[in-house]
Amino acid sequence: MSQAPINPATALWPNDGLTRVPYALYDDQEIYDRERQRLFMGPTWNVLGLECEIPNPGDYKTTFLGDVPVVLVRGKDGSLKGFENRCAHRGALLCLERFGNAKAFTCIYHAWSYDHDGNLTGVAFQNGVKGEGGMPDDFRREDHGLRRLKVAALAGLVFGSFDARVPPLEEYLGPEIVQRIRRVLPRPVKVLGYYTQTLRNNWKLYFENVKDPYHASILHLFFTTFRVNRLSQTGGIIVDDSGGHHVSYSKLDDQPEQKGDDRDYEAAILRADHDDFGLKEPALLGGRDEFGDGITLQILTVFPNLVLQQVRNNLVMRQIVPRGVDQTDLVWINYGFEDDDEDLADLRLLQSNFIGPAGYISMEDGAVGDFIQRALPGTVGDTSIVMMGGDEAASSASRATETSIRGFWKAYRKVMNI
Amino acid sequence: MPPVDDDGASGDSNLIGKVTALLADYAACIDDDELERWPGYFTAQAQYRITTAFNHARGLPIGIIDARNRNMLEDRVTALRKANIYEPQRYRHIISVVRLTGSADGLIQAEAGFLVVRTMIDGSQDLFVSGRYLDSIDFSGARPRFAEKLIVLDSDKIDTLLAIPL
Repeated sequence: MSQAPINPATALWPNDGLTRVPYALYDDQEIYDRERQRLFMGPTWNVLGLECEIPNPGDYKTTFLGDVPVVLVRGKDGSLKGFENRCAHRGALLCLERFGNAKAFTCIYHAWSYDHDGNLTGVAFQNGVKGEGGMPDDFRREDHGLRRLKVAALAGLVFGSFDARVPPLEEYLGPEIVQRIRRVLPRPVKVLGYYTQTLRNNWKLYFENVKDPYHASILHLFFTTFRVNRLSQTGGIIVDDSGGHHVSYSKLDDQPEQKGDDRDYEAAILRADHDDFGLKEPALLGGRDEFGDGITLQILTVFPNLVLQQVRNNLVMRQIVPRGVDQTDLVWINYGFEDDDEDLADLRLLQSNFIGPAGYISMEDGAVGDFIQRALPGTVGDTSIVMMGGDEAASSASRATETSIRGFWKAYRKVMNI
Repeated sequence: MPPVDDDGASGDSNLIGKVTALLADYAACIDDDELERWPGYFTAQAQYRITTAFNHARGLPIGIIDARNRNMLEDRVTALRKANIYEPQRYRHIISVVRLTGSADGLIQAEAGFLVVRTMIDGSQDLFVSGRYLDSIDFSGARPRFAEKLIVLDSDKIDTLLAIPL
C-alpha cells in the first residue's frame, strides 16, 4: 500500500512530470529523515570505497552509508563484509579509526566484541562476578549481532546496502553503466589521496549539479577563458532505465593520433590556444588517450551517492555523504592504476589541479549549491524549472539538456514514494 | 648567507628573523589581495603544493593544489581574476614562531604553523584552515624566494572551496 504524502511540500509537486522540483525538498527535516529510511537505507546500492583500500584480511575502513556510520571489512577468506558502526549494547561507535586492521571489533565502552561478520562473540562479565549479576540465562549472543550490510564490488568499487531486497548490483546499474564503470577501472587500482569538501547545501543539490551538463560551460569559465574549449566537441548523455544513473561524456573532435608522443596532443591543443590569453604553463593541458576511445571527459553517477569522474587523465571516485538537511560532505578519492608508468602517474597528479575544492573547473560547484540553499527561504510552495531538452529522462546526443536531472527525480520519487 | 649549524641552526636568530620577515610579507601579500605579487615570492622552478596531514603521513601524493613552477602560480592568479567564480572573501593569516629545520643544496628549510581566518563579504567569519608551512627558501638572490612550499593542512576538510592561495 502506498503511503500518503508525508509533508505539505510534496503535495505541491505540480504533477507527475519531472520538469518541476519543489524547493521544499531541500530544507525539510521530515524529507531528510524519510530519505535516510527509504532511500539510503532502502533498496539502493551506496558506494563505500575502493577494494584496494582494504587489501588484506582484517583490514577495515569506516565510512558512511547516507549519514549512517558503517564499517567495511575484509574477512579472513578475503570477502568483503560490512555492518553498522554501532555497538548493539548501548549504541556507541565501535570503530573510531578511519582505517585499521582488526582480528575482532571490541567496543571501548563495555568490551562487547564482534567478529568480521558482525556476530557478537563476547560480552564482558556475561556470567557476572563471583556468581553475582551478569546477563540473564536466556540472553543469547546470536540475537545481538551488528546490523549487517549487503556488500558487492564491481571493478574495484565497493557498494553496500542495508536492504536485502536490493537487486543484484549489475542489474541495479544496467549494462551501459556497468560498461562505463569498467571503462575507467580496467586494471588494479591504487589510491593517490583523499580530501573532503564540505558543502553548505542539501546533498541533492550537489547530485543534481553533477548530473547537469547545461551549466558546465557557463559556470565553469576556465576552459572558455583560456580558449581551450573552442574545439567543437562530440559527446552525449546516457541515462539508465531507472533514471537514477547517468554518464555524460565528450571527446575533442580533432584529436590527433595518440600512438606517438603525448606531446603531439599537447601541441594540437596549443594551436587552438596560443594567443594572449593562453596559459603560461600548458603542461596541464596535455594528456594521453589511455582508454583508447578519445573520450577526454566522463562524468558518471550511480544513484544515490557515487560520482565517478575522468577529467582527461585525472580519475576520482567521489562519495556523497549527507550531513543534515543543509550540509553535505563530498569525499574525493583520487586514484590511478598499480601499473601506471611514471609519466602517467604524474599526469594524474598534475591534472588534479582541474578538480577538487581548489580545482580550476570544479571549485564553483562547491559554492553554487550554497547559493541555492541560502535563497530557499522565499521559495515557499515554489518549484525549480527543469525543462531543458524536453520532459523525458532518456539518453540524449545533445548535452544542452537536463535529462539526467529529470532521471534523478524519476528514481527519487519512486524510492521515496512521493 | 649565514652558515647553518650542524644542529639545524635553530639558534641562528638572524636567519630566523629573515625567514619570519619573508613569511610576514608573504602573508600580507595574500591577505591584502595583492595576488599579482604572489608568484614573485617563488623561484622560477618552485614547487607549491597543498596537501593534508593524512595524505602526507601516508605518502599519498595528491595535492589540493599542485604547482610545479612559477608559471603555474601565475596561471592560477589569472584564473582567479578572469575565470573562476567565487564570492568575495578575504583571508587573515596568523603564522606561528618559525623553526629552522635544516639546510640542503644551499636552501634553508623552515617550518611554521599557521591559521587562516576567512571573512566573507556578508561579514561571516570562520577558522578556514590550520596547518604547517614546510618551506625551502633560496637566499642566494637579491631577495629570498621559496624554492618549495609544501602546505600540510591539519584537517582533510575544506569548507566550500579554496580559491585564494594559502
